[in-house]
Amino acid sequence: MSTSSLMPAGAAPVIATERETYLNNGYGWKSWLFTIDHKRIAILYLVSISFFFAIGGAFATLMRLELATPTADFQSDTYNKLFTMHGLVMIFFFLVPSIPAVLGNFLVPIMIGAKDLAFPKINLLSWYIYVVGGLFTLYVALSGGVDTGWTFYTPYSSTYSSSHVSAMAVGVFITGFSSILTGLNFIVTVHKMRAPGMTWFKLPLFIWAQYATSLLMVLGTPVLATTILLVALERLFHIGIFDPSIGGDPVLFQHLFWFYSHPAVYIMILPGMGVINEIIACFTKKRIFGYSFVAFSTLAIALLGFLVWGHHLFISGQSPYAGIVFSFISMLVAVPSAVKVFNWTATLYKGTIEITTPMLYALGFIGLFTIGGLTGIFLAIISVDIHLTDTYFVIAHFHYVMVGGMLMAYLGGLHFWWPKMFGRMYPEFPAKIAAVTVFVGFNLTFFPQFILGYMGMPRRYQVYPPEFQLLNVLSSAGASILACGYIIPLIYLMWSLKWGKKAGPNPWNAKGLEWTIPSPPITHNFEAIPIVTEGAYAYGPPPKVLGPGHDSPGPHFEEESVEH
Amino acid sequence: MWKDFPLLPDSASTMANQIDMVWWFLVALTVVMTALIAAAVVGMTIYFRKKNDGRYATQIVGSTQLEILWSGIPFLIVMGLFGWGTAVFVNTQRTPDNVDIDMYIVGKQWMWKVQHPTGQREINAMHVPVGKVVRITQTSEDVIHSFFVPAFRMKRDAVPGRYSQQWFEATKVGTYHIFCAEYCGSKHAQMIGWVTVMEPEEYERWLASTTPGEVPEEAGRKLFESMRCASCHITAQGVSQIDGAAPRGPSMVDIYGREVALKDNRKVVVDDEYIRESILHPMAKVTAGFEPNMPTYEGQLGEDQILQLIAYIKSLKSTGTKQ
Repeated sequence: MSTSSLMPAGAAPVIATERETYLNNGYGWKSWLFTIDHKRIAILYLVSISFFFAIGGAFATLMRLELATPTADFQSDTYNKLFTMHGLVMIFFFLVPSIPAVLGNFLVPIMIGAKDLAFPKINLLSWYIYVVGGLFTLYVALSGGVDTGWTFYTPYSSTYSSSHVSAMAVGVFITGFSSILTGLNFIVTVHKMRAPGMTWFKLPLFIWAQYATSLLMVLGTPVLATTILLVALERLFHIGIFDPSIGGDPVLFQHLFWFYSHPAVYIMILPGMGVINEIIACFTKKRIFGYSFVAFSTLAIALLGFLVWGHHLFISGQSPYAGIVFSFISMLVAVPSAVKVFNWTATLYKGTIEITTPMLYALGFIGLFTIGGLTGIFLAIISVDIHLTDTYFVIAHFHYVMVGGMLMAYLGGLHFWWPKMFGRMYPEFPAKIAAVTVFVGFNLTFFPQFILGYMGMPRRYQVYPPEFQLLNVLSSAGASILACGYIIPLIYLMWSLKWGKKAGPNPWNAKGLEWTIPSPPITHNFEAIPIVTEGAYAYGPPPKVLGPGHDSPGPHFEEESVEH
Repeated sequence: MWKDFPLLPDSASTMANQIDMVWWFLVALTVVMTALIAAAVVGMTIYFRKKNDGRYATQIVGSTQLEILWSGIPFLIVMGLFGWGTAVFVNTQRTPDNVDIDMYIVGKQWMWKVQHPTGQREINAMHVPVGKVVRITQTSEDVIHSFFVPAFRMKRDAVPGRYSQQWFEATKVGTYHIFCAEYCGSKHAQMIGWVTVMEPEEYERWLASTTPGEVPEEAGRKLFESMRCASCHITAQGVSQIDGAAPRGPSMVDIYGREVALKDNRKVVVDDEYIRESILHPMAKVTAGFEPNMPTYEGQLGEDQILQLIAYIKSLKSTGTKQ
């Protein structure tokens, strides 16, 4: 994407230490806590979600420690609180905000050629809301925890559990508003703030992914908020909504909960897919194969995501006819997911491929997401799901999507844009070691869990029959390797802030507006608003005859119009 | 070592094989697809790696034919799988007509209470003969549980306030795990037990060796008496009055399975669910022609007692009526 009225001819300012950037135009705590710069808010999020990731990871470590032996090492209530807090922290305080609130916040305005998001103050507000929700979570964690599972199934959560359900519900309820406001901000920004010439089909696919995610957040999160509020009402005032002994229906809760929480799964993976597009395009130096198919598959996944919640209820007593319909729609999700994987793979064809750390994460993502997606088909087929649901197979499946997919994409994206965010390169060698460590550790942790699930080991079991021990030990061993894979980047990324090589505006020779401005950017991103003339991913030698916005097509491939 | 750590579950029911066929097909599909994608990714990454030979990447916009091909083929595959999987679901979920043993199971924190039709009661254990159709009617006294026997590939939630059913026909003698699969609180992981599948003769010996409690119908009959249900409901054929007056509630004879008209002109089929509701919430669906004057028995009867009452009411047939 080239721009006509930008910085003088791609030049990095020579005296970088003197140049004012968004990072050095204020150092006091007020300059951070009262900032309305989307980039500084992204950094605030980066720090806070890293904090919660560490907490969620600590819970996971203790769980894997317990599961290394078939007998009980902790109190059973302690273990139940560990897996509950692990799920809640990782989902609501890490995965959901991770890519949108950190990378999205930083990049959405820059990628579309805007000075900031549409509502900078609301953007800061959403971080504060997130922090307040997070403080509730910390309070719950420190004062004894909650033991309902992250799914809060009634009537256990509403009547039977004696842990801090209400406080946790309030925490999740509050945090939901942070998602809603971020989503709203992104939607308005993408509609109204695009630079002149930045048409919808010139948008980087990362923006399409953020846009689809924002729709899900805005439409789905209120349902979760309502549902959680109903649980709190039932707990506090004994209004019969979900508890059958006071006239409620426990399965109603599951419908309401999954109406949000299944789309939430796509909230957690679509932004990751967006990141993968950018990384693959850059390190093949190619436009993404089938841009518009990838863009529309994103919207298709978002739309179908709202129609499949019932596949979590196949054994709950939902009507078998409803089950069959939900099974059918769930199977359809496989198609746009497959389309994405094929298009990414096809993008590699005849590229000039550089194996950098972000690319390692992206290629790992393709493989792990393929496994995560295909194992989703097992769970969409009712007859097979009856055996597999609520077992470790489900755990393995969604960790392949959430950790193998989303977390790999997040780490890939963080490395990819790190030089843009902080103006310094991370060290490539330890970063590659870490990426390989994460890949190996991840597979060793979660692959055995597929087998455990088929064997019948139920999830949320603190103790288990001895024949499951071998696979559990492998899984715990993998988790320790995985933990190393997360600690290494923490060290060298911090190190690089001071000692990393200076990055310059475009260390990867990448296309995209964010690479046309200095690293780190100035507070208003652009000296002058750019005028966009090229489509996304305009890599390669200049096209021979075709006009702007068109790439020269290969001999066997048809030209697709990308001008709309 | 491999004997201690098997990597495949036992397969011990008539539906296990049908489900495993779909499973193994899916495993093959996953392995083949992942291998193809991995080979393509690794192969192309090596072959098209950047060298200092001045080569530029070839820009390719896309190909509608390829997109149609690689969305069409997955579409056909998943639709085929959906059809197959659903057919197996319909096949395995429909209870056969020839139910040999009707078992009642009540889940509670943290145990499974099993009631045999022959009067035996077990906790966290279930003895069944091989080759017989066993139907389980289950509910929960507190939170949601899920009765899961991996070797039979069956699982179903036991939801408080509802009855759910599942069935199996064991094909292999042995002992198999029972797990609670739905998280139910503190001792969820200890809500486990064993199904013992026995040869029919051995099963008969087991039945004979245990002291059976009352059969459910008999226990239900006693409850019917002691809860004074009989002061309003007729239980014997040919009787039309109770204590010389018209009965205040509908007769129980032949009522099970029948469609009855309600006061508000709706109709309802008398099944387990309706009988349970009428005992606990009598005002919800009042039979036409009767005054809504039945008291609730909520809090006075446990789930297993309600199941016994249902078993008793089921047994009140006009031909060969008990009592």
